[in-house]
Amino acid sequence: MSEPAGTKEPSGERSGSAGTFSQIFAKALEGNTVTVTVLAIVTAAVVGGLLAAFTNPVVLHAPAGAIIPKAWSVVAATYVALFEGSIFNPHTVAALFQQASLPTAVHDGFLGAVFNPLSETCVAATPLILAGLAVAVPYQAGMFNIGGQSQLIGGMILSAWLGFGVSMPIVIHVIVCVLGGFVGGAVLGWLAGEIKARTGAHEVIVTIMLNYIMAYLLAFLLSSPSLLQKPGSTDLITPDIASSAHLPQLFGNGIMRVNAGFLLALACAFGAWWLMNRTTTGFELRAVGANPSAARVAGMKVEHAWVLVMSIAGGLAGLGGTAIVLGTDFAVNPSNFGTYGIDAITVALLGRGRPAGVVWAGLLFGALTAASPGMQSQANTPVQIVQVLTSVIVLFVAAPPLIKTMFRLRATRARGVGTTMSKGWNA
Amino acid sequence: MQLELQGITKRFGSLVANDGISLSVTPGQVHALLGENGAGKTTLMNVLYGLLQPDEGEIHIDGKAASFHSPKDAIGAGIGMVHQHFMLVPPFTVAENVTLGIEQVRPGGLLDAGRTRREVRDLSHRYGMDVEPDAIVEDLPVGIQQRVEIVKALVRNASVLVLDEPTAVLTPGETQELFRIIRQLRAGGTSIIFISHKLKEVQEIADTITVLRRGKVVGERKPPATEADLAALMVGRDVQLRVTKAPATPGDLVLSVDSLVVPAAVSSVHGTPATASTQAPVNGLSFDVRAGEILGIAGVQGNGQTELCEALMGLLPVAAGSVSLNGKDLTNATPRARLDAGIAYVPEDRREDGLVGSFSVAENLVLNSYDRKPFARGITLNLSTIAANAMARIKEFDVRTESPAAPAGSLSGGNQQKVILARELGEGTKLLIASQPTRGLDVGSIEFVHKRIVEQRDQGVAVLIVSSELDEIYALADRIAVIYEGKITGFRPPDVDAAELGRLMAGGTDLPNTSPPEDAVSEWEAQ
Repeated sequence: MSEPAGTKEPSGERSGSAGTFSQIFAKALEGNTVTVTVLAIVTAAVVGGLLAAFTNPVVLHAPAGAIIPKAWSVVAATYVALFEGSIFNPHTVAALFQQASLPTAVHDGFLGAVFNPLSETCVAATPLILAGLAVAVPYQAGMFNIGGQSQLIGGMILSAWLGFGVSMPIVIHVIVCVLGGFVGGAVLGWLAGEIKARTGAHEVIVTIMLNYIMAYLLAFLLSSPSLLQKPGSTDLITPDIASSAHLPQLFGNGIMRVNAGFLLALACAFGAWWLMNRTTTGFELRAVGANPSAARVAGMKVEHAWVLVMSIAGGLAGLGGTAIVLGTDFAVNPSNFGTYGIDAITVALLGRGRPAGVVWAGLLFGALTAASPGMQSQANTPVQIVQVLTSVIVLFVAAPPLIKTMFRLRATRARGVGTTMSKGWNA
Repeated sequence: MQLELQGITKRFGSLVANDGISLSVTPGQVHALLGENGAGKTTLMNVLYGLLQPDEGEIHIDGKAASFHSPKDAIGAGIGMVHQHFMLVPPFTVAENVTLGIEQVRPGGLLDAGRTRREVRDLSHRYGMDVEPDAIVEDLPVGIQQRVEIVKALVRNASVLVLDEPTAVLTPGETQELFRIIRQLRAGGTSIIFISHKLKEVQEIADTITVLRRGKVVGERKPPATEADLAALMVGRDVQLRVTKAPATPGDLVLSVDSLVVPAAVSSVHGTPATASTQAPVNGLSFDVRAGEILGIAGVQGNGQTELCEALMGLLPVAAGSVSLNGKDLTNATPRARLDAGIAYVPEDRREDGLVGSFSVAENLVLNSYDRKPFARGITLNLSTIAANAMARIKEFDVRTESPAAPAGSLSGGNQQKVILARELGEGTKLLIASQPTRGLDVGSIEFVHKRIVEQRDQGVAVLIVSSELDEIYALADRIAVIYEGKITGFRPPDVDAAELGRLMAGGTDLPNTSPPEDAVSEWEAQ
């Protein structure tokens, strides 16, 4: 990866004026990353807490003097539930130590209960990470992939069909299904890339439209008994995935649902980083993203790069769908693609378009998702408010990259201005 | 209006961009500010224009101290600025652009478009600018857009007009037109601050020349000052304005271009819009370049040079004719195949086509060889070799960068060009195509680039230089070809006089009875 402009020190008399100025500014932004993110999370927690407290009927109907203590207790309960639902719950630890011996505790699932919140976080994070990579990787190549949803559905359809419709030996079956999921997504990514390469149609429009096409195509497939609908069922659902095609759970067949899909997501994140930064293909993709016309002059095939990166992205999103179908849901219905395709954009943004960042952002989102049932039941925070809270946190955490994106946008424009004002780029 | 800058100092961190600069601009004078890139010219003007606040020093207008916190203050005080890159809204008309921000409103809140149109027409007429108020700005040539900027400043009652590198974007003809306008403005009492690093222009137009180097005023001259004197002041050492070179010893035929036709692209790499006319930008053009010689293609910008280079690199499709390198046909080869065949290319627009600005210097140095040994190991990049290559190349070409990891976009224009040369001039180069290789570079960098190009020739590389600067053609070429409307109007030896080249550049041909261009167009269309 090239160093960001912000790391450039003003180099004596040779450097120019506003060039240096903008570098200092960029440096400040870069340097503040961690601080800004932490502050954003804290701010979001405060705002979210206020929101949770002052929408709670107990607080709203409390006598004037009791409002503050009541509000405090609601806020505390909400965040305790968030923590307990996504990381770990002290009660389960206490329960664990009340057992006669560790083996019986393990046998009775008490150990599983301790780690279950983390497991749920990972489960929820898995498709988010994969779909997030599907946005982040093309972004580095100058493409904005909004088609995570269509690609995810493509992956779900193909992996599910291979999962229930084909019988194969135990290990091979799951591998074939996973590969099928990649291909199913990649086909849709390829389609968007190919359309752009051949006709110049903008990938944002094409991928958005493919989202609709795939969602309705899925609904059609699920309502056609001769196609994907479970025989004898009137529900829009596929037959169950054969157990030989299930992604293996990481900690035995206990309560913890975290499965090989999570490891697959981590491996894909590493693979994406390696591809973009250590291979000649990645060099080409990044060059095409950063300056297509210089890439073309340097002998690179720009259109080829577009098609390739969109295919890879589609495959990654397809794996996200595969992880849902083969890891936790074991069937496809018209709702299990959820909003992953769209959330993926936020995840990629939050992760600053970098694979490692996408992993952390996916985990944060996953934690919020995993904790929301607990926040409803324990803290009595209505589900809508949990969703609002999630959005507020995301909004604040995502704000620095948003600001940075806007700054970059202005920087590109200001580069024109900067050139004018001080020839920033060549000074 | 008497404008005085007194002891202006502006610092950016540890960098002193302006170090106690004093300047006095008398009414009705053209005051040139001469200096290399990064000398602090533009910073000074941004201080004057209120875009930057000085750390020390004062601006005096007619003897009174003034302080500008924004361009608005500066405009209010009668200072106008024409930026190098124009601040115009392309789809708006000239009048709309001029009135933007100071809209004249009639009672009832309606725009008084007629008044602005009249103002534009009056000013245009008074200074001989020929600007049509109802023209759409994006349809206008660059030279006219610049005049729109001048009108914008004049409408706002500018009595000091700052022109930042105004000729950088102009053809020689447009430059002369600009100079005519500047003279008329001066006659009308407007002071002009003319920022440039071009010695000839400054000598031609300026009444006073202030030379800046590294943020300081290093001298003030009145024309006629010698070019050598000004160059030495600017750079701080004696500069060879023209590289010395031995006579060429042309060898085997390397590049052969035969009746090449490049049609107007629907959208080229740069998206140059195709005009309604079917005139092909390159229209039946033939020439040869031999090993060990430099063929200079002279011509006014916009006569097919850009399209010729792009077609030679396989970036634009060819409609007819052929291109061959060492006898091998390359007419329809991909850019990659041409690079592999030994063509090195220094593109006209280095920021757009030559470099990936956000990539490091090291990455840019392998931009067209990243997938070959030794920079690639199978499908992976060999990062240590790439880094070692960068260190070696940076040293060899004296690229001033603090580190190979610095983004190429942060380098000065001269150093960016050195990065491109360092990448392109490697072993195995058979043909070097360099388009406007020193555009926008300062004197010291021009010297360096020219030396390297001659060095390549002496090593037996065939060199094709495309330049709209006659000085550059004279400095480098062993043979001169003149391009006009996509055709070569004549070949001349390097000692031909400028008047003859000028005649060819304006479309004059060798043989008066050869068929006029129109016939050639229809011939091509008939095909």
